[in-house]
Amino acid sequence: MLVQLAWRNIWRNRRRTLITTASILFAVLFATFMESLQKGAWNNTINNVVNFYVGYAQIHLEGYWDERSLDLAFSGEEVTNLARKAPGVQAVVPRLESYALASTGNNTLVATVIGIDPELEDGMTHLSGRLIAGKYLTPEDQTVLLAAGAAKQLELGVGDTLLLIGQGYHGVNAAGKYPITGIVEFATPELNKSMVCLPLVEAQWLYGADGLVTSLALQLPNQRAIQPALHYLDQQLPDETYEVMDWKAMMPDLLEAKALDSAGNIIVYCILYLIIGFGIFGTILMMIKEREYEFGVLIAIGMRRWRLAMVVWLEIIFLGLLGAMAGILCSTPLVYYFRVNPLRFSGDYASALEKFGFEPIFPTEFRLGIFLTQALVVLAITIVLGLFPFRKLKQLEPVAAMRS
Amino acid sequence: MGVIHVEGVSKIYNPDKIPVTALQGVSLTIEAGEFTAIVGPSGSGKTTLLNVIGGLDRPTSGRVAVGGHEITGLSDNELIDFRKEHIGFVFQAYNLIPVLTARENVSFVMLLQNRPAAEREARTQELLAAVGLEDQIDKRPAELSGGQQQRVAVARALAPKPAFILADEPTANLDSHSASNLLDIMARLNEEEGVTFLFSTHDQRVIDRARRVITLVDGAIARDEYRS
Repeated sequence: MLVQLAWRNIWRNRRRTLITTASILFAVLFATFMESLQKGAWNNTINNVVNFYVGYAQIHLEGYWDERSLDLAFSGEEVTNLARKAPGVQAVVPRLESYALASTGNNTLVATVIGIDPELEDGMTHLSGRLIAGKYLTPEDQTVLLAAGAAKQLELGVGDTLLLIGQGYHGVNAAGKYPITGIVEFATPELNKSMVCLPLVEAQWLYGADGLVTSLALQLPNQRAIQPALHYLDQQLPDETYEVMDWKAMMPDLLEAKALDSAGNIIVYCILYLIIGFGIFGTILMMIKEREYEFGVLIAIGMRRWRLAMVVWLEIIFLGLLGAMAGILCSTPLVYYFRVNPLRFSGDYASALEKFGFEPIFPTEFRLGIFLTQALVVLAITIVLGLFPFRKLKQLEPVAAMRS
Repeated sequence: MGVIHVEGVSKIYNPDKIPVTALQGVSLTIEAGEFTAIVGPSGSGKTTLLNVIGGLDRPTSGRVAVGGHEITGLSDNELIDFRKEHIGFVFQAYNLIPVLTARENVSFVMLLQNRPAAEREARTQELLAAVGLEDQIDKRPAELSGGQQQRVAVARALAPKPAFILADEPTANLDSHSASNLLDIMARLNEEEGVTFLFSTHDQRVIDRARRVITLVDGAIARDEYRS
């Protein structure tokens, strides 16, 4: 009956209950949407970098990832055979990566030049799906794929010629003239501004690195497959010669930026929940004040204070639960809608986002954990605030209360 | 020894600031089955005396014993439990729980006593029938008249099978008909079931029905008369 009593009590002042519930609802809705958007944007960025470029894990010669020197290229055949045996590895994708000055007429830019096995690369990063003009590479081609942003800056299109000038393996000159066979659009602005892809054999010729690669990217089915594969390779490969890195080790800056952004959001959440907390506390104060007389009567007729406080606590929990559940119910379709129809920014704001390496598309992250976390935070606040009546009722004098 | 034994009870509010003496050296005994009214002008100490007897307020000096148990030295929780088991209260403003039905209001005190559901239900039905509300059991207080609410309050006060009932101005908010009806019920419960009633009242209708009238003036008993 105490639960029943608490439930009925919250509907004694229907308007106040609805206002309090609505304030909790909006807090959960706002916090859930904000977190979904923030996590979604970051995951999209990470996804773009990991799935469309870096891969879940890579093998390099020791020290390559820090120096990014072509001189740390290696013959990948033996390691490739070994890596193929690692648990979960679906393919080993060889790459030869360096930099060059990409030029045409008076336009130049610093290009990230990457030699790829067109078939294996497509199997992992679905590069052919990013073509917006022209056609994809074949292993025998002596042509390049140019990123859309770079093509725009160099004012080049399919069929035009691109000149690459740089330094090759152990200081040899690297220069080549390549027709553009296709234009590819990368989601990551950084890649989109600078990427030039050419067949691996052609890249090895350009850089004088015959038979060498700078990295072997591992195609894995999902994140969970990373650790078993890395564990196997750590045991099989000589420690001093090779480094086996997952995407988190390769992109600590991205993770740090994500953590920093999340920390900023936590401050916003704290302010939001502080406001909501005061709102709920105000409701509690009113609930106690306007029912002081009734509490006095209940204590007078033999209801122990803790039992009475428990009823009030339950009322507050009901309010929190109602608000949290309504918040989840309202935020679910909203978050799902923006998952399917991501926010797309344009104009100056999009340019600003691109400068910071973000694709100006913010899909929301639709994950049960986000909804539950926000709802549980609100519930935890109400549980803690709900303890206030225990203190108040402990001090309540029934005679004075009934006189009020 | 009577049901209630009050000996030399004084009550002074704000003893350290501006002392207000509500009761001074009150001694009285209420026997089982009495139908007693405490009367007196406003501020004479009627409600304070009822509160002290009911364990809602502690006397500054003196002692109060109910059913042979001294209650003046009990802790807060012991007093709450004592009230729950031994005393029934009827207040001027009915003070039913607004979200509970008549049945639930009566049953509530027995729930606090952890009585079995079947016993609670049977006694609730019996008490609501005794106060003439057997056809109103599922109505909430807002759906009942003032007189009906006060009858539910009487049934609630009787629910825990208390040693006596303390009624503070029970007819003050009732019209003549309702007041008369309520007093009939209380008188019948007193006569037929031996329930002890102690009223604090200004109401002449209650005073006329009382078999003993204690008059308080300035916190002291000025007169204590028995009527036949």
